Amino acid sequence: MPDQLSALSGRFDVTVVGAGVVGCAIARRFALSGARVAVIEKAVDILDGASKGNSAILHTGFDAPVGSLEQSCIASGYEEYLAIHSRLGLPLLRAGALVIAWTEEEEALLPTLMEQARQNGVSDIEALSEAAMRAHEPGLGPGARAAFRVPREYLIDPWSAPFAYLLQAIENGAEVLRGAEVISGRRDGDWSLETTRGTVRTGMVVNAAGLWGDRLDERLIGRSDFHIRPRKGQFIVYDKPASRLAAHILLPVPNKVTKGVVVCRTAFGNLLVGPTAEDQDDREHAVLMPETLEALKRRGAEILPRLKDHTVTAIYAGLRPATEFKDYCIKAHDGLNYITVGGIRSTGLSSALGIALHVEHLARLALTPRSAPAWPKVANISETCPRDWQTEGHGGVVCHCEMATRREILAAFEGPLPVRSLAGLKRRTRVTMGRCQGFFCTAELSRLTDGRFVRPMAERAE
Amino acid sequence: MSLPRETDILVIGAGPAGLAAATVLAPSARVLVLDRETSAGGIPRHCGHYPFGLREFRRLLKGPAYAQTLVRRAQAAGVHVATGVNVVSLLPGPRVAVTSNAGITEIDAKLVLLATGVRESSRAQRLIGGEKPGGVMSTGALQGLVYLEGRRPFRRPVILGTELVSFSAIMTCAHAGIRPVAMIEPDPRVTARWPAAVYPHLKGIPLHLSTVITSIEGRERVERVVIKGPKGESTIEADGVIVSGRFRPEATLLDGSDLIRDPATGGPVIDSFGRCSDPSYFAAGNLLRPVETAGWSWAEGVAVGQAMRAALAGRLPQGDTYEVKLIGEALDWVVPQRVTGPDAVAFDRLQLRVTRSVAGRLTVKVGGSEYASRRIDTRPERRITVPLPPRAGAVEIVLEEE
Repeated sequence: MPDQLSALSGRFDVTVVGAGVVGCAIARRFALSGARVAVIEKAVDILDGASKGNSAILHTGFDAPVGSLEQSCIASGYEEYLAIHSRLGLPLLRAGALVIAWTEEEEALLPTLMEQARQNGVSDIEALSEAAMRAHEPGLGPGARAAFRVPREYLIDPWSAPFAYLLQAIENGAEVLRGAEVISGRRDGDWSLETTRGTVRTGMVVNAAGLWGDRLDERLIGRSDFHIRPRKGQFIVYDKPASRLAAHILLPVPNKVTKGVVVCRTAFGNLLVGPTAEDQDDREHAVLMPETLEALKRRGAEILPRLKDHTVTAIYAGLRPATEFKDYCIKAHDGLNYITVGGIRSTGLSSALGIALHVEHLARLALTPRSAPAWPKVANISETCPRDWQTEGHGGVVCHCEMATRREILAAFEGPLPVRSLAGLKRRTRVTMGRCQGFFCTAELSRLTDGRFVRPMAERAE
Repeated sequence: MSLPRETDILVIGAGPAGLAAATVLAPSARVLVLDRETSAGGIPRHCGHYPFGLREFRRLLKGPAYAQTLVRRAQAAGVHVATGVNVVSLLPGPRVAVTSNAGITEIDAKLVLLATGVRESSRAQRLIGGEKPGGVMSTGALQGLVYLEGRRPFRRPVILGTELVSFSAIMTCAHAGIRPVAMIEPDPRVTARWPAAVYPHLKGIPLHLSTVITSIEGRERVERVVIKGPKGESTIEADGVIVSGRFRPEATLLDGSDLIRDPATGGPVIDSFGRCSDPSYFAAGNLLRPVETAGWSWAEGVAVGQAMRAALAGRLPQGDTYEVKLIGEALDWVVPQRVTGPDAVAFDRLQLRVTRSVAGRLTVKVGGSEYASRRIDTRPERRITVPLPPRAGAVEIVLEEE
């Protein structure tokens, strides 16, 4: 298998446990600051937990609780994404958002929400009458009463971004151990982390284990200050023509539990409806419920009535690592050289870079930042920039729905972080994620991926 | 191999319909057939079972041999077949933009034939619940793995659906040593009239009618399938799910084009010559509707190819076309959607389907007066045809249920 077969050797300054979006951003931050960084991931590929299913919005944090850690991490993470995305080759779809009131009660809440946005430093918001709202979004359903516009809510690629963060960490010296679960840890000045693939010695540990964050705390420091209560979100993805139905991210007025059902385009040119917010105990299984999906479809068609003429491309469910607390649970444990980054539910994609800055600050390590850090660029798979299929020498298109080329697929097996599962390949190239869901390209993919995956797509028939 | 910048006839899709039309047209025009797959032949390439070729060649062939025969005949007739070429947009002119290893180019033609076929509906489109493990796939994906790659994605799958293609899935499983553990059909009756050849293979595969899959379980691979039927909910141990049938035309190219699409079929609106709303574009085969046999699609390709030959020679009538209207909520779709006068046409009858099992009287009228009528007792996905009107005028197809 094209990956490190043995454990990481030598001593690391910082070891990040968990290669979700938060772990990837933290690894990048410490690597840029000159630390020797290790990343340990339980799954065979990165982004396999909470980060595999979200709504792909880059939030300003306008609706975050005022004065919260979440709000400040979103704000700084947002700014950094804008500053670095083009250097890393990451897309940015400047969609803007409308927060839409569908009832009289919701309409009455709009001024409060606008005031909250201003307090959160998002001052370029704009109240819209029903007519002004409909001028922006003529496809809205009859129940929409009024809205306000948040012009700087954007859409991004939720998988290329963390991949780029980790790639930059690697190109600046970080090492990644995938398929390794942390079993236990000892501390004798330094930490010795026992994993299923050997021991990792490190000065500091950062717990970015997401849905398993409390369990990892219990294993390593004997207690946890929070309990993960997974919150499931189900989504429906519509085929690309539906993306013409709405330009903005269409947000409902949030309630205490959830931001509610969002309708928005994606960086890949589809239209997304979701998520639900369903608390559960199970951390591993995100089960799609047909009746809930039907209800999402109905809600989508209330928001955008023409959606009923469009076809579903994909369905998915993600788990958010929510806790009993409303805010993030980020804490440096005194005297332990151990930082817990827990409870990053629902806004992690927007806040990850900001969380990384906050964690670096908490760590108080004496580091010398890299003077000329490497800036790798990731391949663009979004519809916002030119794609590989538009250039010469792509080797032919393999996934015809998402236009993933042979060259793109083969490239995903190269480099310092080759994909090792079909799920990983989907996130890197979008193969099989389109309208046919693998009808046309499964056979060819099985050949192209031969020997590359931990679990092959199909065994050879004798 | 470089692509020409212009040709007389451009055919998109090297399956039975596209190759049949190309072969008909080759003696009188330069014909270029494009296919995005790496080999030509279309879906039959990976249907490694009988029966193919009876209508076309009066020989009983398996799919791959049939596909090869179609390709060889086209090439022998002078057709230029280019594979690994994706058409990315249909432009007025007609002109199409394509991408291949050489990057993006444009090709001008006098006429274009769309013959891009169909695909099965996915698990996502059917909103089937549960987790998303590996081992859930369409019949098409299974056939590609088994017949093109010599692979076996699972050993004990559940098959969803009882259409003709579901029969094909059983044959594919038998070929690869895969033993299906159940067939699940949401309707109270089996959808297709199955060929007798399938019955020996059905032995030992329990058929669950009026049953749905409520949940697919397993994180990495399928482990269990939960079904719900007349006897309530039960669990089947299985390592895969074949989501078969419920075809939809592979008509994505219409989305960015000026061509009018029929929401009922999912394919382009055509007239009885196979012409689209832009008369420089024609269409044939399963792109027109879900779903017909390879032989039927081939025959449509031949007929539309002949109409295109007439069009090239300026012999195709340019007159008015008339709408074909469906009256009766169980009527699903009709092809062609518009009819011309009673001249020699490509489509010599109207094809239709129903949305559910239904019995009643089907009456066809032109300009308000009845010209054909018969009783039908049919199910979804089953072929129904009625004659074209004897004179020009708007057509109504009326179903009065019993």
